[in-house]
Amino acid sequence: MSIGTKRMLTGNKAMAEAIRQEMERDPNVFVMGEDVGVYGGIFGSTEGLFERFGPERVRDTPISETGFIGAAIGAAAEGMRPVVELMFVDFFGVCMDQIYNHMAKIHYMSGGSVKLPMVLMTAVGGGYNDAAQHSQTLYATFAHVPGLKVVAPSTPYDLKGMMISAIRDDNPVLFMFHKALQGLGWMDPLDAAIGPVPEEPYTVPLDKAKVVREGSDVTIVGIQMMTHAALAAAERLATDGVEAEVIDLRSLAPLDKTTILESVRKTHRLLVVDEDYLSYGMTAEVAAVVAEEALYDLDAPIRRLAVPDVPIPYSRPLEQFVLPNAGKVYEAAKQLVAR
Amino acid sequence: MAIPVEKLKWMYETMVKIRIYEETMVSVYAEGKTPVFNIGAGPVPGEMHLAAGQEPVAAGVCAHLRPDDTVTAPHRPHHHAIAKGVDLRRMTAEIFGKETGLGKGKGGHMHLFDPAVKFSCGGIIAAGVPHAVGAALAAKMQGKDAVAVAFIGEGAANAGAFHEALNLAALWKLPVVVVIEDNRYGISVPKEASTAVASNADRGSAYGIPAVFVKDNDVLATYEAAGEAVARARRGEGPSLVEIETYRYLGHFQGDPEVYRDKGEVPALRDRDPILRLRQHLLQQGLVSEADLADLEARARAAVEDAYQFARESAYPRPEAALEDLFEPAPADVQLAQ
Repeated sequence: MSIGTKRMLTGNKAMAEAIRQEMERDPNVFVMGEDVGVYGGIFGSTEGLFERFGPERVRDTPISETGFIGAAIGAAAEGMRPVVELMFVDFFGVCMDQIYNHMAKIHYMSGGSVKLPMVLMTAVGGGYNDAAQHSQTLYATFAHVPGLKVVAPSTPYDLKGMMISAIRDDNPVLFMFHKALQGLGWMDPLDAAIGPVPEEPYTVPLDKAKVVREGSDVTIVGIQMMTHAALAAAERLATDGVEAEVIDLRSLAPLDKTTILESVRKTHRLLVVDEDYLSYGMTAEVAAVVAEEALYDLDAPIRRLAVPDVPIPYSRPLEQFVLPNAGKVYEAAKQLVAR
Repeated sequence: MAIPVEKLKWMYETMVKIRIYEETMVSVYAEGKTPVFNIGAGPVPGEMHLAAGQEPVAAGVCAHLRPDDTVTAPHRPHHHAIAKGVDLRRMTAEIFGKETGLGKGKGGHMHLFDPAVKFSCGGIIAAGVPHAVGAALAAKMQGKDAVAVAFIGEGAANAGAFHEALNLAALWKLPVVVVIEDNRYGISVPKEASTAVASNADRGSAYGIPAVFVKDNDVLATYEAAGEAVARARRGEGPSLVEIETYRYLGHFQGDPEVYRDKGEVPALRDRDPILRLRQHLLQQGLVSEADLADLEARARAAVEDAYQFARESAYPRPEAALEDLFEPAPADVQLAQ
């Protein structure tokens, strides 16, 4: 495909297009959630779907997450393929039983006889001063429980391809999309929130990390916004003569250990960056995998960069202090390669 | 309403089967747990919630259901499962933790799933009500006339999931019947100490749906009330709420010291046993003979004995099978993509 023919979409339009194409392909696919109808989703994930499919298949719900996520589970068990939205991941507390005890466990407890082909999509992330109850990513909270596939794409291309894969998958998939990468008019405009997206349907696997920049001196593992922070840091490192390899994890569960280990065996240094809390999080999991399987390939101790175990604060200087960013990734990587 | 004789006989046989099943479980569960009670010992380990005495609820409601109707049940699920037609052998094998069980030994007594008759249950109070609403939504969207029934205990009517699900069902006019089994106690706490209304049927008006309270553990009255609710759902007229007064002869779980109720309570209830009452009714009305009933009882006993024997003789799963059945394989086109 030549540059001239590339179609550019924002993250939200890429997601909405994926859902639209799957709804056209399969009458069992339907959407349910708060403000997914006329409004098109608070973060634009269902833009245009209501006009195309109407209120039966693009179903506004009451503020009733236990009720409608539970109903999605019941409908999925009957062969429907619901795409249900939890508006902010932070709201998980009011419906965690349905997610943790039912959506994640029914397939296993039934010995595989009950399938739940459903997608639970949810908005994650901070950086826009929405404070502690509307800014979390909570990646690890959901990746921790067995039985869920948990993905967090970072480009419009992957948002579309992974959403199509998620809808076609016969398992429950938690699809986390980052608010800042939706390309919404009322947030900081980011280059990363718009990108080339083919018009035709395509799939991207739900279990594969991606090397988004090759390098030989240090491996930086990130996901969603932290992938972009790592890429920006890598450009700056390159001017210092340091070639960083950047891995976009894309999927938290299952974790693509192979891609991480291959990279570490090449670069011999590892920095893991996360917009979630530090303790017991993704950075710890990736570090443990490398410590268990590639410890003697390392030339320096593993470094981790994440939210330092406090809730996300409101005030701009406070929030910017706790969130990792390109500058912090650069500094950490510089220190790591100097060891 | 004249109840067809075949339905009456089916309900009688089902209630007897449930009673024999649960009473057999009392002794099987006790194996290996004496003289010292150890919940993890014996052929049936773990918690055990039995429903002896609550047969009218399951039989009176499920008499109206087809195999393609959905039932969700709570932690005390055997009577609902039996009445819904769950495979008794595989259900019992599941409770024994055997590889032939419904969930290959991964679920156990509180987590029975039989998709062939659209039955499921779970150990979290009220959580199955949204699932039933979703099944009803699926039926409606798929253009089927199937209905969904959620069985819950009276304690569950105070949980959020119950209210959220009822609101959704009423809002979307879904073919759901929520059946509350009022067995008087949420574990140890009596209904009057946990619930602000005497009858949960009063809560139907909060959602603008019909609701009735059926008194005295009466299978015939239950049959009638459930029949109206199921028919209404099947006609596409929306959800209903039915609360049924019933009695739990055994503890909340086996091993429950039952310090919260008078020692005379259960013997008094047993004097008015719903199975005996149905038996007398059938004979007094001249609908069946003693010999007919003996045949039904023998058939019920044989089914239960066969199921327990099947479970005992089945093998345990390979230990490493614990690592299987977490996910379905991805479809080929997803695996092949870049």
